[in-house]
Amino acid sequence: MDSALAVHRLHFAFTVTYHYLFPQLTMGLALLIVILKTVALKTGNEHYNEASRFWAKIFAINFAMGVVTGIPMEFQFGTNWARFSKAAGGVIGQTLAMEGVFSFFLESTFLGLFLVGEQRLGRTLHWFTGVLVFVGAWLSGFFIIATDAWMQHPTGYRMGANGSILLDNIWGLILNPWILWQYLHNMIAAVMTASIVMASIGAYYQLTGKFVEQARIFLRTGVIGGTVAVFALLFPTGDGQGRMIAAHQPITLAAMEGLFETSSGAPIVLIGQPDTGKLTLDNPIMVPGALSFLTYRRWEAEVKGLKDFPPELWPDNISLLYYSYHIMVGLGTLLILLMVVSVWSLLRGRLYQSKRLLWALMLALPFPYIATTAGWMTAEIGRQPWVIYGLMRTADGPSPRVSAGNGIFTLLGFMGLYLVLGILFLFLVYKEIDHGPGRAAMPVTGANE
Amino acid sequence: MIPALWFWLIAIMIAGYVVLDGFDLGAGLLHLFGTRSDQERQQVLKSVGSVWDGNEVWLIAGGGTLYFAFPGLYSAAFSGFYLALMMVLWLLILRGISIEVRGEADSSMWKSFWDVVFGGSSALLALLFGVALGNVVRGVPIDSEGFFFLPLWNNFQPGANAGIIDWYTVLIGLASLAALAMHGSTWVALKTTGDLEKRASGWASNFWWAVAALTVLITVVSFRLQPHIPAQFAANRWGYIFPLLALAGLAGVRLFIARQNELASFLSSCLYLLGMLTSAAFGLFPYVLPSNVAPENGLTVANSAAALYGLTIGLWWWIPGMVLATGYSFFVYRRLRGKVQA
Repeated sequence: MDSALAVHRLHFAFTVTYHYLFPQLTMGLALLIVILKTVALKTGNEHYNEASRFWAKIFAINFAMGVVTGIPMEFQFGTNWARFSKAAGGVIGQTLAMEGVFSFFLESTFLGLFLVGEQRLGRTLHWFTGVLVFVGAWLSGFFIIATDAWMQHPTGYRMGANGSILLDNIWGLILNPWILWQYLHNMIAAVMTASIVMASIGAYYQLTGKFVEQARIFLRTGVIGGTVAVFALLFPTGDGQGRMIAAHQPITLAAMEGLFETSSGAPIVLIGQPDTGKLTLDNPIMVPGALSFLTYRRWEAEVKGLKDFPPELWPDNISLLYYSYHIMVGLGTLLILLMVVSVWSLLRGRLYQSKRLLWALMLALPFPYIATTAGWMTAEIGRQPWVIYGLMRTADGPSPRVSAGNGIFTLLGFMGLYLVLGILFLFLVYKEIDHGPGRAAMPVTGANE
Repeated sequence: MIPALWFWLIAIMIAGYVVLDGFDLGAGLLHLFGTRSDQERQQVLKSVGSVWDGNEVWLIAGGGTLYFAFPGLYSAAFSGFYLALMMVLWLLILRGISIEVRGEADSSMWKSFWDVVFGGSSALLALLFGVALGNVVRGVPIDSEGFFFLPLWNNFQPGANAGIIDWYTVLIGLASLAALAMHGSTWVALKTTGDLEKRASGWASNFWWAVAALTVLITVVSFRLQPHIPAQFAANRWGYIFPLLALAGLAGVRLFIARQNELASFLSSCLYLLGMLTSAAFGLFPYVLPSNVAPENGLTVANSAAALYGLTIGLWWWIPGMVLATGYSFFVYRRLRGKVQA
């Protein structure tokens, strides 16, 4: 733990995990708010406007948190990962700079207008600023995924002098085949988070008998959006992403599935704890042949196990990778079940009265966050021991002159500061939920009062 | 040629950030030390409330552009100034949060706490940005691999063993603090009404003297400390246009305060900041980060830039992108023109 490499890794892992709690909600909510505003515009139903105003306030709080915790991410490429940045900055700097130039200006400008301009802009223009906020948010997601996709599967580059990596073809970077499934999988996961959060708050209001009109809009929108999202996460996006990993990162696939032996008709493990000393699984429960089928569409296809790859190419934390992946898939499965039951109940007109189901929806709030975090851990731990897959090892990436001691100092600083931020965030969100979606005109946040 | 073009584009982008976020940093300072009532504090907050996060986007976009155009500089400077930059991050976070949460509870204790956080973090950021600029001008001990690490302070001398904080960088920090205080005062005068407006003009006028004195002082000291600057100006006399712009801006602030033209005095203050920063950029060129121990290790436009292909492609998207972004900024400021409602 006191090696500088470990400190820099933990520094980035902690700050990025915390950061992503906020954008995943805002990216998903941006879409849902546009949907609510569109329904309001088409039908003239004022409750939809009240619903969208309420979620705009939640959006604004999360957006501010996303901004202040996002700036450290850009800085850390230079502060903590200087060797990596010196080698690869000419490539991934393109997409990171594009994010700033194309999406942040757009998003910050039009979010300001969207939040305070409802009366002055008129209905259609106000709707349009909401659409622009959505475009900004989803563009931002695209550029970040393009950056990560390049680190997972580098394309459009050539090697220069002294190990530097030079951009060779901009389209290789922007149209990297890795982007498609990862982007869709990630953005739909954001829609899942926002939908379940919306349904959860709706369930809370419905159970307490407050703001019942809007609660039903929240439940309806959340449950329908959530159902579409959880299925799309499984197929085609999760499936597509899995097959990219099988094709380009077979070692990662073996490690995340807990597959130690090469086998024909490889099973999928549902439960079982990897023993990375003996290279076995304890008390496994498996579905025979399923991994072969999902990967190659043939039940008896051969899937290579970890033992057939040189250990120096194995991810360095196989157990954590294995659990991250299984937690993502396990929670995804539970959320599919919950959404199926909820949408069935909604269509039968019984959702609003079903106490048990409302309780389950309300308590489901943390699980999409855990699933998305576990998903990102699968992607990033799965990429190890590489910072750029096949090109640069993570061990070669940190800043050469920043000591472990300085890294721990700032890591502790971030932990303390983020604890304070978390408490303030919960306080602000609690206030909004307690206040609820009222009939008041436009929200006035913070300094605009 | 193209790396030099990027050098100037980024210099202008950073100057744009300083001009824009500079007035809300200055306003933050006045918010804490200059206001007399909660109603006045609300006016100050409101004058920056809907623009500060857009202004900070200039920092993020400027950082991203620096990263892709000069990865050698980005990695060296960010890891070398590690401690100072982490503190900048913490201060940016605290400042952003204080603006957003201050109005969220109806309690005078709550408000005065966040007032101190807002004013304090704004003041420290104004100081730290100046210290950072001072470090770049003075130079840092870059090794042959292109990296360095500076402790926060060492012996407070700007020599070979300098830390981030020495008497020279603190001097630049104070100049930055004074300049942004003046800049923020002209902004507050422009955006507010009544007694606050009058006092803000008075502060701008008082800070002007400090800015004028410090401008002379840091120019003399910087020319002696970094011999590359006078050599550069002597070799390329057209470069005097940049300090002349700064002087014109400084004169304009004085003149337009006297004439009570608030918009013109604010714009003059913008011009002053722009002139000072471009003067520094011109004076250092072609260095982007000189070495204070081994001149041959200094980072230049040529040895820290990305490959030509990426830089050329970058122009194709960066120029239209920034035209759009500048358009948004103009749009917002036009919509928000005039005084804030008390």
